[in-house]
Amino acid sequence: MSEMVTLTIDGKEVKAPIGSTVLEAARLAGIKIPTLCYLKDINEIGACRMCVVDVGARSLQASCVYPVSEGLKVITNSPEVREARRVTLELILSNHDKKCLSCVRSENCELQKLAKDLNVDDTHFEGASNHYEIDDLSPSIVRDPNKCILCRRCVSICKNVQTVSVIETNERGFNTIVSSPFNMALKDTPCVNCGQCIVACPVGALREKDNTDKVWEALANPELHVVVQTAPAVRVAIGEEFGFPIGTRCTGKMVAALKRLGFDKVFDTDTAADLTIMEEGTELIERIKNGGKLPLITSCSPGWIKFCEHNYPDLLEHLSSCKSPQNMFGAVLKSYYAEKMGIDPAKMFVVSVMPCTAKKFEVERPELASTGYPDVDVSITTREAARMIKEAGIDFVNLPDEQFDDPMGDASGAGVIFGATGGVMEAALRTVVDILTGKDNENIEYKAVRGVEGVKVAEVEVPGLTLRAAVAHGLGNARKLMDQVRAGEADYHFIEIMACPGGCVTGGGQPIQPSSVTNLIDLKAERAKAIYAEDESLTFRKSHKNEKMMRLYEEYFEKPGSHKAHELLHTHYVLRENYPEECCK
Amino acid sequence: MFYRSHVLVCGGTGCTASQSNEIIKQFEKLLEDNNIENEVKVVKTGCFGLCEKGPIVVVYPEGATYSRVTPDDVKEIVSEHLVKGRIVKRLLLGEKEAEDVSKALEDVGFFKRQHRIALRNCGVINPENIEEYIAREGYLALGKVLTEMSPAQVIDIIKKSGLRGRGGGGFPTGLKWEFASKPQADQKYVCCNADEGDPGAFMDRSILEGDPHSVIEAMAIAGYAIGADKGFIYVRAEYPIAVTRLNIALKQAKEYGLLGRNIFGTDFSFDIEIRLGAGAFVCGEETALMTSVEGKRGEPRPRPPFPANKGLWQKPTILNNVETYANIPAIILNGPEWFSGIGTEKSKGTKVFAIGGKINNTGLVEIPMGTTLREVIYDIGGGIPNEKKFKAAQTGGPSGGCIPADKIDTPIDYDNLTELGSMMGSGGLIVMDEDNCMVDIAKFFLDFTVDESCGKCPPCRIGTKRMYEILEKITEGRGEDGDIEKLELLAKNIKASALCGLGQTAPNPILSTLRYFRDEYEAHIYEKRCPAGVCKALLRYVIDEDKCKGCSLCARKCPVNAISGELRKPYHIDQSICIKCGACMETCKFGAISKV
Repeated sequence: MSEMVTLTIDGKEVKAPIGSTVLEAARLAGIKIPTLCYLKDINEIGACRMCVVDVGARSLQASCVYPVSEGLKVITNSPEVREARRVTLELILSNHDKKCLSCVRSENCELQKLAKDLNVDDTHFEGASNHYEIDDLSPSIVRDPNKCILCRRCVSICKNVQTVSVIETNERGFNTIVSSPFNMALKDTPCVNCGQCIVACPVGALREKDNTDKVWEALANPELHVVVQTAPAVRVAIGEEFGFPIGTRCTGKMVAALKRLGFDKVFDTDTAADLTIMEEGTELIERIKNGGKLPLITSCSPGWIKFCEHNYPDLLEHLSSCKSPQNMFGAVLKSYYAEKMGIDPAKMFVVSVMPCTAKKFEVERPELASTGYPDVDVSITTREAARMIKEAGIDFVNLPDEQFDDPMGDASGAGVIFGATGGVMEAALRTVVDILTGKDNENIEYKAVRGVEGVKVAEVEVPGLTLRAAVAHGLGNARKLMDQVRAGEADYHFIEIMACPGGCVTGGGQPIQPSSVTNLIDLKAERAKAIYAEDESLTFRKSHKNEKMMRLYEEYFEKPGSHKAHELLHTHYVLRENYPEECCK
Repeated sequence: MFYRSHVLVCGGTGCTASQSNEIIKQFEKLLEDNNIENEVKVVKTGCFGLCEKGPIVVVYPEGATYSRVTPDDVKEIVSEHLVKGRIVKRLLLGEKEAEDVSKALEDVGFFKRQHRIALRNCGVINPENIEEYIAREGYLALGKVLTEMSPAQVIDIIKKSGLRGRGGGGFPTGLKWEFASKPQADQKYVCCNADEGDPGAFMDRSILEGDPHSVIEAMAIAGYAIGADKGFIYVRAEYPIAVTRLNIALKQAKEYGLLGRNIFGTDFSFDIEIRLGAGAFVCGEETALMTSVEGKRGEPRPRPPFPANKGLWQKPTILNNVETYANIPAIILNGPEWFSGIGTEKSKGTKVFAIGGKINNTGLVEIPMGTTLREVIYDIGGGIPNEKKFKAAQTGGPSGGCIPADKIDTPIDYDNLTELGSMMGSGGLIVMDEDNCMVDIAKFFLDFTVDESCGKCPPCRIGTKRMYEILEKITEGRGEDGDIEKLELLAKNIKASALCGLGQTAPNPILSTLRYFRDEYEAHIYEKRCPAGVCKALLRYVIDEDKCKGCSLCARKCPVNAISGELRKPYHIDQSICIKCGACMETCKFGAISKV
């Protein structure tokens, strides 16, 4: 317990820990102070001035960064304070593109909500406004500076959390703009498409590249066999778009809704996650046995892969050659499944619903077309899937639960936990340890690799070896770990890296929760709980116990790591420059 | 080597721009031609202050001050004064017929009422020669501090002296040092704010150009007082002469062992690095300056934590302005009582002002606190050109405000200026006469702030822009009922809620002109009239038919052919074409054209 101080907020005595802010102390006292730029632990810069309070100083102070002190007297709700907040908000609105009706964030916009809460007049301070070009050239992210309110939440997450740093404030004063260096298109920068900027944005200035049109078009084409696969993290978050509490598993309703949208088959990407474990586990064992490059690093997260290609081109050999589950699945669908069903792969259209915006970039990688056709045709985010369901008028809330389609429908619990940080590692350990010990181990919950800690490590004893594993989520943490690898200080056999903090459950394509929620609860942990609950509910919790998938090996691939498996399930990586040289001169 | 004469040539930025380097070359050449280069020494000094009359050349031992010297004048000074010993009276500043020329200089009002502490060496020594500084008791204060005093004693002296920050805020310097001396830390820093940015202000530049060692010495003293061994001088890259001389001074100080390890044989070590600012006004704000020194985009951050606890790289840091530092060695050597004996009750010592605008003696002056505005304008500044009427003085630059004519006898100090709705600021003082429109003045300063806002917080980023737009509307004749109230609403709330000092003070030019010249705003809005005749959209040039002789001169001069008429009959101005340049009025020999 840290030391406490006593202060007075609006006449009420409050005890708060030393080091906490007035905003936090006010919350303890049940007093809500409006915020806009504040993102706990990520963007604490006191820039937007919405949370100003009177602390008896010469000017009003931003409560999100003002420390509590003994005897401090705070007024949060005087006419002066309310007027200052309202004037500031009206000023923000005077330079904001107010096309709320057609904005993707309408009804989930923090600015809109504040405007309503503070009862503002948006015409009070009319004047010049900025007009910028929209950058929609990236396959993943659309940037609309006309909607940007310069809160810098995106900048902080990109720079400080992800250490990607492809957006910053440029120019100054009224011409200040958040943009990439030299205002280059995002696609020409080392942006890894993780989309964390989107989920940090309080307004509609950052959004995913919408691919729903392409899906609608495919669904309407009678020539095409349109199938969809959904990643594990989607089912534990999509319900939020329809009013379910955070952490509600909506697997059955999601499957039912996708079927009603008209998909010919609805598959579970988790099956391919089991496939990934078989392939990656085999790769790990082979590298350990044959003195291959270690540590082996996972390759499921496309944001991480691009980050590695840009920042650690010298370490690409450490990456597993396994495709991500999404693309393994796509390749299997257009080969094994197409053959089995007698469908021409040219007439097959594979859609993926992913918690991820980087998947949109991944599906466009030219090397990911093993069958001669793209493994996956279109990737949409959880948010886009929810929009399609709404647009189709499907009553999601009241849908009956339905099952994924056979023959690829069943997945093990190991596949499910891919959705949370540490999940791939845990899934891999469940299988690798069984193989290396030659028995069916009962102790399968590797809790050391679970949780929200930035870098987690675990050691597992197997005959003749202490298997050392590390897990990092969030690219800033990945960078720390990779610097150790580069310096030869990372004595691990296996590393799992996920680009997004928390892993896929809090991916850049997931439903957006406002800061009023994320500042109070740990979204990562809440959604991960649902993932682990789903794991526990399943009979098979080890990938190699997934019978249907093992049949796939028997019938088609022969064994993990076979020639055919390599052809369809593995890939290679490319060296990527950071910025064109002429920019650095 | 002894010289019988010394020729001091001003090497400040202003005089350099008026060819003082050329003048020095001429002197050197002609001295050589006359074979007296071993008898007469030419010294390039810092600013004398009287920039209006530059380039300034002073010849010692006579103390003859020559003003507005051109390279062509050098020949006469050499042949007459330096060879024949006859003063060149036509170039003398002040009383040209005086017997004792050096006394004449002291009698010049401009110098007579000044009290030079911060500027003590400016125009006296060669700033590029550390020995000249040492000869003027340079580094004596540092030696005294390091060998005779404890850090606490140093802080105590500065506190007792009553010195307050000269950068604008006026925070007690000794207190600031004391705060930074308290935290235990493995590293502390001493920073110098040389990011002078107020339009028309050049106090800090002149000190750095004329006496860089005084700042270096003071920073070392500060380092000793708070326990720091590292200093940074943040100086604008647009001050190339100052930067060059600082670099020379730092190099020499290191060579002499006055910076570096174990200074004066003690265990105190101190070093200084220069950081060049790219010219953003906001980087004069302390937290923005430190952010910029760290190599990041120069933007302020909220306080607390204050720099004394968490400054540069999160370490305890003090930041003082150039002029503040320049006072320190003198205070140490002469004692706090000497310093606190100068000035008013709460504002001790002197203040350097850069006087500009409608004033005869544009330049740099150092006056005791408590001098009245009237003395500064009329006795030192030589009054207002063309016998125009004094209207107001603007101090504090874009963060300050106006002092109207009826307050001209107010003694200048921190508290009085704040009381009047202005502020001391860093020392810019712009004099305005009856031809200045106060709405236009407010617009000028707002334009500056809009340009210089860093863009971090909305009140400053958007609010100043909106205020500027309203002022623009008013001066263009589109003002309407409610505009003043809207300005007041914005001003009040920007002041209350902006993140840093730049934003919080940005409304001051508007608030202070509204306070003293509200009628001018109202005339613009309700009568569509600019009383000072400045706002073009609100004035018309007209020809008085009775006075016009029909000479056609104005019609020929008009750049847009807005004037027509028949010879020897009254001419007319077509208002729809007129661009209000005023050329016709200047041209008319009969005073027939006027602004209404």
